[in-house]
Amino acid sequence: MLFRQKLFAILVVVFLLLLIVELIRRRKLREEYSFLWILCGISILVLISWYDLLLLLTKLIGAVVPTTTLFIFTLLSLFLIALHFCVKISELTDKIIKLTQELAILKTDIENKKA
Amino acid sequence: MNISKCIIIPAFNEAENVGVVIKEIKKKYFDLPILVVDDGSTDNTAFLAKQAGAVVVSLPFNLGYGAALQTGFKYAAAHNYDYLVCLDADGQHESKSIPSLFSEIQNNQNDIIIGSRFLGESAYKVSTLRRIGIAILRVIASSVTRQKITDPTSGFIALNRRVCKFYSNMYPSDFPDADVIIASYFANFKIKEIPVKMYLKNSKKSMHSGMKPLYYIFKMSLSLLVIFIRKLLTKRNAAN
Repeated sequence: MLFRQKLFAILVVVFLLLLIVELIRRRKLREEYSFLWILCGISILVLISWYDLLLLLTKLIGAVVPTTTLFIFTLLSLFLIALHFCVKISELTDKIIKLTQELAILKTDIENKKA
Repeated sequence: MNISKCIIIPAFNEAENVGVVIKEIKKKYFDLPILVVDDGSTDNTAFLAKQAGAVVVSLPFNLGYGAALQTGFKYAAAHNYDYLVCLDADGQHESKSIPSLFSEIQNNQNDIIIGSRFLGESAYKVSTLRRIGIAILRVIASSVTRQKITDPTSGFIALNRRVCKFYSNMYPSDFPDADVIIASYFANFKIKEIPVKMYLKNSKKSMHSGMKPLYYIFKMSLSLLVIFIRKLLTKRNAAN
């Protein structure tokens, strides 16, 4: 891996990690949703800085060049993050349905009692 | 002991029909409480239902047919109703069949009574595509429950308090069909079908219009698969 490639990748990951921390500080991102992003960023940072590990993984997965391994792991991380968000959205949808139903029932009960 | 009964009608933009449906029921069964769950209608469904003498639970936005029906189950469970009959607001279910549904469920031999449009003399006609869909679901529901289920997509049903509580916690928010029948069977509820009369819908819109049938097939297959996996896991856990 060329030094320039390595430097660029490290700078991008560090920038993204700092952005995540800043969003948490500004209370625009909840810690629970940032966990996977930070984990993904740190994993990529480790792979970039520890070249022997990257080579080993490249050999293990049968890739030709180490950059392919990086792309594969990044894509996999993004897939997992998207899936995690879908799970969270499903949970939130269920909660919204339950809340909406209970609110509507309570409203009817209150109106009926008033009448 | 006083037995309390209730009719649940989920309604979405049914201003044209809901009043007529309620008045028709009230004409014959004046004392029977009718609960209309207005599923975020943009017309005056809720107002007309109230005017016709129903109790109306208004959802602030559209949640889907199943979720509206489940709201009715939650209301009925909270108000301790013993027996319920559910029917659609579009006037396709004939109110004359309500007493037979109630009398069957009040026998206490079954927990769920499905009003089938395909039993008896009913001449209800459905489109070819829908007929194929119903036939597939009929085969699946019948073979799993080991009894003849002719109308797994019927929304004209009666149920008792136990099922009402079960459905309050477990009910699909979009299309409740054969998956609900199978889940109920796996939960050890007894199911029976009786003939009822149904008419073709008065309204032009359908919850099975546009691209929805494709999503419906996908959703129903996935839902059935998940129910079978859950059942297998429950069996395996029980064996361990």
